Amino acid sequence: MIELTGVTKSFGTLEVLHDVDLTVPAGSVTVIIGPSGSGKSTLLRCINHLEKVDRGRVRVDGELIGYRRVGNKLHELSERHILKQRANIGFVFQTFNLFPHMTALQNVLEAVGKQAEPRGRELLARVGLADKVDAYPRQLSGGQQQRVAIARALALDPKLVLFDEPTSALDPELVGEVLDVMRDLAQAGTTMVVVTHEIGFAREVADTVVFLDEGRLVEQGPPSEVLDNPQHERTRAFLSKVLV
Amino acid sequence: MSLLSSARAATGRPSDEPPPPDDLVVVPARHPWRWIAAAAVLVLVAQFLHGLITNPGWDWGTFFGYFFEKSVMDALLITLQLTFAGAVLGFAGGIVLAPMRLSKNPVLKSVSWGFIWVFRSVPLLVQLLFWANLGYLYDRLQIGVPFGPGFFSFETSTLVSAFGAALLGLALHEAAYAAEIVRAGILSVDSRQLEAAAALGIPRLRQFRRILLPQAMRAILPNAANELVNLLKSTSVVYVLAIGELFYQVQVIYGRNGRVVPLLLVATVWYVILTAALSVLQHYVERHYSRGYVR
Repeated sequence: MIELTGVTKSFGTLEVLHDVDLTVPAGSVTVIIGPSGSGKSTLLRCINHLEKVDRGRVRVDGELIGYRRVGNKLHELSERHILKQRANIGFVFQTFNLFPHMTALQNVLEAVGKQAEPRGRELLARVGLADKVDAYPRQLSGGQQQRVAIARALALDPKLVLFDEPTSALDPELVGEVLDVMRDLAQAGTTMVVVTHEIGFAREVADTVVFLDEGRLVEQGPPSEVLDNPQHERTRAFLSKVLV
Repeated sequence: MSLLSSARAATGRPSDEPPPPDDLVVVPARHPWRWIAAAAVLVLVAQFLHGLITNPGWDWGTFFGYFFEKSVMDALLITLQLTFAGAVLGFAGGIVLAPMRLSKNPVLKSVSWGFIWVFRSVPLLVQLLFWANLGYLYDRLQIGVPFGPGFFSFETSTLVSAFGAALLGLALHEAAYAAEIVRAGILSVDSRQLEAAAALGIPRLRQFRRILLPQAMRAILPNAANELVNLLKSTSVVYVLAIGELFYQVQVIYGRNGRVVPLLLVATVWYVILTAALSVLQHYVERHYSRGYVR
């Protein structure tokens, strides 16, 4: 489903991703962990071309993201084409980024149009917010806002959904309701890539855990290996700090 | 202490017996200076009102005689037309110029910057005189291939009438200010909003229209209303082109009958009324765009 090969990315002189290879099969859940500044979010944002990669390829369902290959050259796609590709990739932000001047339902329908209203209501019901369709984001708690954001990402019927630290901006008692929704999605077979610090969620839901440090993919594998029996010193050091 | 004891007396308790803690009466602080300041200001206001009524110089009879007079009404209509057209053209320009100035295209950016620089620098009065005298620079204007042959040709003086010159000047002047007001509004919107829209694959123009502009409106509206009120009053400057707007018309009348003060008052009161109407409009438009922001 997702295929990253040799993805490298710098901000100025700072190399934030170095030669990352990663494959995510359809229907699987991949959790990316690592210390802050390790490039987790940047990697995620490269998958839907919110960040441009400097080197390497990003493919989703075999389709090159952001570029078109002509002979030996990669031509950057026009913004219109990139936007079209993004419609296949749901993205959930750490800060929700709901549109504050629209109700929950309007947020969900903004990208798909009013004719999808029954589906919009259904999606909001699926994230447990059937009674909040007409509420504005400001009237909702952080956990509810993030659930609306998840429904909004699902409205386009994406091939995969990317989650960028979806619970990091939430009060501790609201984290559970968002993770529950994500767990349901995983069980329904949604392809997901999740950047998170919730190790418990990774252990329970992930098919693959990826450990990233200083822009390099240090280790990947099923949670039973990476989380419980890490091979690399840096993974062990990170986990020992997180799992206190 | 005396306050406390009197409070106790009010509850009918013997003063030597301490009251239960939840029975203490709260006495708000007193503000004697507020009363004194208010009285002083009221005296000044009363003096002013007294002057308005008793001073024969105001000449209220003449004022009411001309307030709804036909020529004044016609002039008022022209003032409103200039304000309305200036605002529509100005803000249409501003909505184009602001994204240009924020774009990544260096040509669009510089042109927008240059336009704003020039039209904010030139006083409106000077600009109006320039447009009115355009015929000295170009006696004919034509539409055709740039630097090549022309298809249509007009005499400048017939194309740019005094009213046209006034409108052109007001619109260009307004556009420069409106551009900065719109730009401030755009900058006030969190950039993550556009990122979210981009992640949803929403097309660029729709992002601007549906996500950016409605949120920017909250920051744009108070400044835009200010600018509109300013424009309403700036239309009085076009009297130099001998256009029969409100201020020009009252000058014509007092030039004839010599009643300067009451006629200036006619114009003043109309400007005040129109500004009040704009303020009411502003209130309702702002309320519309505060959707989702008030609990």
